[in-house]
Amino acid sequence: MSYLLKNWPYVGTLLLQHLWLTVSALAIATVIALPTGVLLARAPRLRGPVLGLFGLLYTIPSLSLLVLLIPLLRLGYWPAVVTLVIYAQLVLTRNVVVGLTGIAPAVIEAARGMGMNSWQRLTQVELPLALPLMLAGLRIATLSTIGIATVAAFVNAGGLGTLLFDGVRSSNPEKIVAGAIAVAALAIVANALLRHAELWASRGWGAA
Amino acid sequence: MSIIVAEGLVKQFPGEPRPAVAGVSFVVEPGEFIVLLGPSGCGKTTLLKLLNRLYEPTAGRLLIGGVDARGIPVTELRRGIGYAIQQTGLFPHLRVAHNIAVVPRLLGWARPRIEARIDELLALVGLPQSYRSRYPRQLSGGEQQRVGLARALAADPALMLMDEPFGALDAITRSRLQDELLDIQRKLHKTIMFVTHDVEEALRLADRMLVMREGQIVQFATPLTILTRPSDPFVEQLVGAEDALRQLSLMRVGAALTRRSSRAESTSAAATLPPLRLDDDLRTALAQLLSSGGDALPVFEGEREIAQLTLADMRAMLRRSTVAAPTALEPTR
Ligand SMILES: Nc1ncnc2c1ncn2[C@@H]1O[C@H](COP(=O)(O)OP(=O)(O)OP(=O)(O)O)[C@@H](O)[C@H]1O
Ligand SMILES: [Mg+2]
Repeated sequence: MSYLLKNWPYVGTLLLQHLWLTVSALAIATVIALPTGVLLARAPRLRGPVLGLFGLLYTIPSLSLLVLLIPLLRLGYWPAVVTLVIYAQLVLTRNVVVGLTGIAPAVIEAARGMGMNSWQRLTQVELPLALPLMLAGLRIATLSTIGIATVAAFVNAGGLGTLLFDGVRSSNPEKIVAGAIAVAALAIVANALLRHAELWASRGWGAA
Repeated sequence: MSIIVAEGLVKQFPGEPRPAVAGVSFVVEPGEFIVLLGPSGCGKTTLLKLLNRLYEPTAGRLLIGGVDARGIPVTELRRGIGYAIQQTGLFPHLRVAHNIAVVPRLLGWARPRIEARIDELLALVGLPQSYRSRYPRQLSGGEQQRVGLARALAADPALMLMDEPFGALDAITRSRLQDELLDIQRKLHKTIMFVTHDVEEALRLADRMLVMREGQIVQFATPLTILTRPSDPFVEQLVGAEDALRQLSLMRVGAALTRRSSRAESTSAAATLPPLRLDDDLRTALAQLLSSGGDALPVFEGEREIAQLTLADMRAMLRRSTVAAPTALEPTR
């Protein structure tokens, strides 16, 4: 605790780095997952293979994935972000697919029967109805990304992992504790915020 | 010009042994109320969905308003056709007002016009204005169906497709909505294609009934013709023609009159028909009632009108007769 109080500007910088890694990785991952999920929802045949591939990538230990990416992307921000994007893909895409395919067929039929084209159907009916599940996916992906992002320090990408690695290297338990507390705090705040967003997305009409 | 012309429409789902709609041809004129009746799985819903191109026919030709349906952009075609289904398909994330406004919005109506239309439709289907801001899950099944009806009517389409729209309603609300629908249809000259399982509902609403079996039309005629001259034993059994009519022909008008219905009000139609007497049989009375187009027939004793006979009286009579058969045969007085 005393380390945290004495060095808060340094810890704060690391925290911001950590946050930036997490947010940018999730933004990129969402931009990929959204159209992929919509595509998979409409093409059931692609669903198994693509989600299977994401599942496979998900099982690779994060450290080995980082190491594998170093020859391609060198050290620093990029290998870390790419790793995080790959990990977030499974949860994000799967929740988009589940959200879209779980909509009652009668609702889709009504939308078509009333003369919405497929874009209107997607934006006015399907995505709003899938939003709560999509945000639930984002929340889970955010928590795991905050955790995995600690490993980014290994490739000099900064973040709160730096405290953990330094603490281990220099046998300084105070640093490790400070790092762990900061990561946990970040995760708790992110969880609360996203939970709110989820509830907001289905306010009034949702079952939750 | 006929509003619907179907020529040899076929819908074969892939992998199914028989086509769901197996070559149907019919013509519907503007302003007609057509009721589709038939056992479960006979292809009623499929036929309805062929009409707004939710399904494309495997074979055959369809003209809507004299134009080949394939030649009309599908979204445009559908925006011009009201569509209500039993499961309502209301959009759960949109409030009632927004649900009703969907097609007017798609058509780009101005805001005030949409708002006025919502007010009008809520009143029409008997829902309070306070329901505007409710979500569908905050409504009962019957209320949801009413919103579904309002939504289908929203853009004032000339043609409406309704697939068991009153399934979840209690008898009173159902008959009120049936009245409203008939009223709307007569006033606004709408063409309605209405699917139901309920024979009474069919007889009550239909100008003509389209009876289906196994993807084919077995009879397409007025309720009176279907009841009195069913084309085959299947139709006869489906509408209970034989049973009910045989019973009605054995019952007297006088026995069916109850105190409730005897508070005679104004004589409406039936001026040209031969006056109904207490000892006429109910089959004759039913035929007169159906051809009069009214809801009740005056019953005379001498020159004096003493009561009004309604379809409900006859229905009640039939129902009573199944519990206590002998009373039906009692002579009057
Ligand atoms: N999408 C589909 N794919 C395959 N078969 C279908 C499909 N829709 C309907 N069918 C089949 O086509 C036949 C007619 O179905 P349809 O839904 O038109 O019946 P229906 O007369 O509306 O019955 P109900 O009164 O039970 O609603 C049935 O045998 C049904 O199983
Ligand atoms: Mg059906």
